[in-house]
Amino acid sequence: MATRLRETDAVLLGVGLVGSIVGLELVRAGLKIVGLERGEPRHTVPDFQGPHMHDELRYAVRKSLMMDTAKETFTFRNYAGQTALPLRRIEGFLPGTGLGGSAVHWNGQTWRFQDTDFRMRTLTEERYGKGFLPEEATVQDWGVTAADLEPHFDRFEHLFGICGKAGNLNGKKIAGGNVFEDPRSREYPNPPMKEPYGCTLFRKAASELGFHPFPSPSANMSRQYVNPEGLELNTCTFCGYCERFGCEHYAKASPQTTILPVLLKHERFELRTGCQVLRINTKGGVATGVTYADASGREFEQPARLVIVGLYALNNVRMLLLSRIGTPYDPRTGRGVVGKNYAYQTTSNVDVFFDESVHVNPFMRAGANGVVIADFVSDNFDHSKLGFAGGGYIGEVMSHGRPIEHQPAPPGTPKWGSGWKRALVKHYNHTVALNVHASSLAVRANHLDLDPTYRDAWGQPLLRITFEFPENDIRMSAYLTEQARRIGEAMGGRQVAASPRKRPYTTTRYQSTHNTGGAIMGADRATSVVNPWLQSWDVHNVFVIGASAFPQNASYNPTGPVGALAFRAAEAIVGRYLKKPGPLA
Amino acid sequence: MSKPANPSRRRLMQAAGAGLAVAIPLRRVDAQPPGPQATQDRYEFFSAAEAAFIEAAVARLIPADELGPGAVEAGVPFFIDRQLAGAYGAGARLYRAGPWRQGTPSQGYQLPHTPAELFRAAIRAIEERLKEKSGFRNLSPHDQDGFLDALQNGKVDLGAAGTSEFFDVLLALTMEGYLSDPAYGGNRGMAAWRMIGFPGAYSNYYELVGRNAAFEAAPSSLAEGKHGHGR
Repeated sequence: MATRLRETDAVLLGVGLVGSIVGLELVRAGLKIVGLERGEPRHTVPDFQGPHMHDELRYAVRKSLMMDTAKETFTFRNYAGQTALPLRRIEGFLPGTGLGGSAVHWNGQTWRFQDTDFRMRTLTEERYGKGFLPEEATVQDWGVTAADLEPHFDRFEHLFGICGKAGNLNGKKIAGGNVFEDPRSREYPNPPMKEPYGCTLFRKAASELGFHPFPSPSANMSRQYVNPEGLELNTCTFCGYCERFGCEHYAKASPQTTILPVLLKHERFELRTGCQVLRINTKGGVATGVTYADASGREFEQPARLVIVGLYALNNVRMLLLSRIGTPYDPRTGRGVVGKNYAYQTTSNVDVFFDESVHVNPFMRAGANGVVIADFVSDNFDHSKLGFAGGGYIGEVMSHGRPIEHQPAPPGTPKWGSGWKRALVKHYNHTVALNVHASSLAVRANHLDLDPTYRDAWGQPLLRITFEFPENDIRMSAYLTEQARRIGEAMGGRQVAASPRKRPYTTTRYQSTHNTGGAIMGADRATSVVNPWLQSWDVHNVFVIGASAFPQNASYNPTGPVGALAFRAAEAIVGRYLKKPGPLA
Repeated sequence: MSKPANPSRRRLMQAAGAGLAVAIPLRRVDAQPPGPQATQDRYEFFSAAEAAFIEAAVARLIPADELGPGAVEAGVPFFIDRQLAGAYGAGARLYRAGPWRQGTPSQGYQLPHTPAELFRAAIRAIEERLKEKSGFRNLSPHDQDGFLDALQNGKVDLGAAGTSEFFDVLLALTMEGYLSDPAYGGNRGMAAWRMIGFPGAYSNYYELVGRNAAFEAAPSSLAEGKHGHGR
């Protein structure tokens, strides 16, 4: 029997990026808040300090900062006819755990999605006609526009001290920035980072081919920065231990470096770690709070008047399903919404092999520094004769040279033996890897639901992922990867090897942690889980915030939009909901 | 366990740079690396027969040659031994609830064994299979490569230990031991890092970013316990 605790104004499910942003806004509005975090409390000092943080085996390979898959994981199958099996270790993506969530171990690539992403269904049909999207596509508009989100993107970029160069300031295009971006109201808070040599080679080749290279926007600092919360970040040292690690230098924006020191000392905020939320409790269509198990396994009921769900995207969806909030999606009939439009990221790469005169030094890198082109992002190019929708950026964004993970080798190189060793020595420091980071079309078959067989350590069903790359995205990857190969050839390497994305989707090698959808936002309650303010259509005092809200995934990395959506939801709660609790749409 | 033969030891010393001690003093930085009293030449997990298989197998996976030490000279068998003796070997972070079904390659590892159990069962099955040839270690290098290749491609049925699963883990651990920080018992003398030009646990390259130039300074290991680590 759960022990009933005293009611609080709001409870945060997860104290990561979303929980930290919304939590601070709500305590400032006068609310008393309890933050429930399943993992450990952790801080830049002492938890992320050197030299121990610079340990590839412990953090990158054994994944010390990630979700403990002995206790909970996901099951996976490529299509509905298969039996889903548990991911007994998670290799393909990296859900975090602990204070700060995945925004501790991220790389820091921070983008704004485009208006052509937010209104993909409408604008695609306008430009190419109603029959252009494939029949299986369940692409939807987000219910917001780029202009709606601009102030929230701006606020998030200043909180996180993003380094970049504007390409469109209030409608004025600026060469050297991202000329394809929608208008931004002011310049990035910090200038771009230093440019590694491989990026210089990419920039030159891309320019020669008529493309528009620009510095990738980064949450790794290019200089000392004091953010609007008065917290100081340091200049990034390019140590090469970014994604999968905490930053020892206070140089990567994270909840720890930009928000938590302010939130944690606020008198109206209480953090409880080691607390696994089991379900949101509802009565008469309203949430009454949550039930959670503490680290010793004891169950508590925490009554709350407002519930903020800010877990990892996949776990947001699972929490709704476990709590029976919203109608589960059925891929056979297309009815229901929770679990619908699960999407991913269609990544691929091109390796450019140089001779010994080119020293790439892949270990002198930061998670988000690079040079990219947006010429093939979203709908920035004419799709009418290409036979696919969507796009991606192409760039030199090598984030590290850690040798267990980074072993560039031409196709046909043996996986072991003297041939493997020769190739490693020959290519390790003389290879530039180009990334293709592309969108993921939502289709009818790809979805999330509760697994009928496998359970977590608390006895609850695991989330089941059903995913295969749609034919649209395979065609897109072939096209985009060919553009990257052309740039690679122009860079002057001795050999260029392109690896477009192929089926089947496999979870055994890392591709991306950009798992999106399943609790999607939209203007129509019949086809979405949350409204354009991230409020549940069914239970008005539950807000579900994160990449789970993306109706389909876009070309760029998702953290920028997640931060912007968190600010948008917080603004609606403080400005409208608290004054008159009820549906905002 | 036999010490590395003299020729390969000499090669290691050349690769590692004259005057560098191969055995690095160890400092406890995590639950997994050995404590300060641990010696590098005593097996905690493997029996003598298992160790003989592992030494012979990793010597083929990463052979010693003119480029640098092989897996044996780098201490990889001891790295694997300690990994299997510790939390990783016992199944840390491994979801272990049934039912157990054979999956597709997209679904990843689906055997009920912890890594420690998998190694025990697989080596037993392999040695049983090769009994008439006096075991894996007595095959010619050519035949050893052929057998490893068959293992990798799932052509050897290891019974309860599956097919290619063991090879996948063996190869992953061999790479990890060869290329991870020497604090874990492999990559002795940081020789693999020197061979490819990876500097290890340096903390700052700011001034060097953007130059097309080789990084010349000696690598840095967690085991050295430098507070300023590297630069």
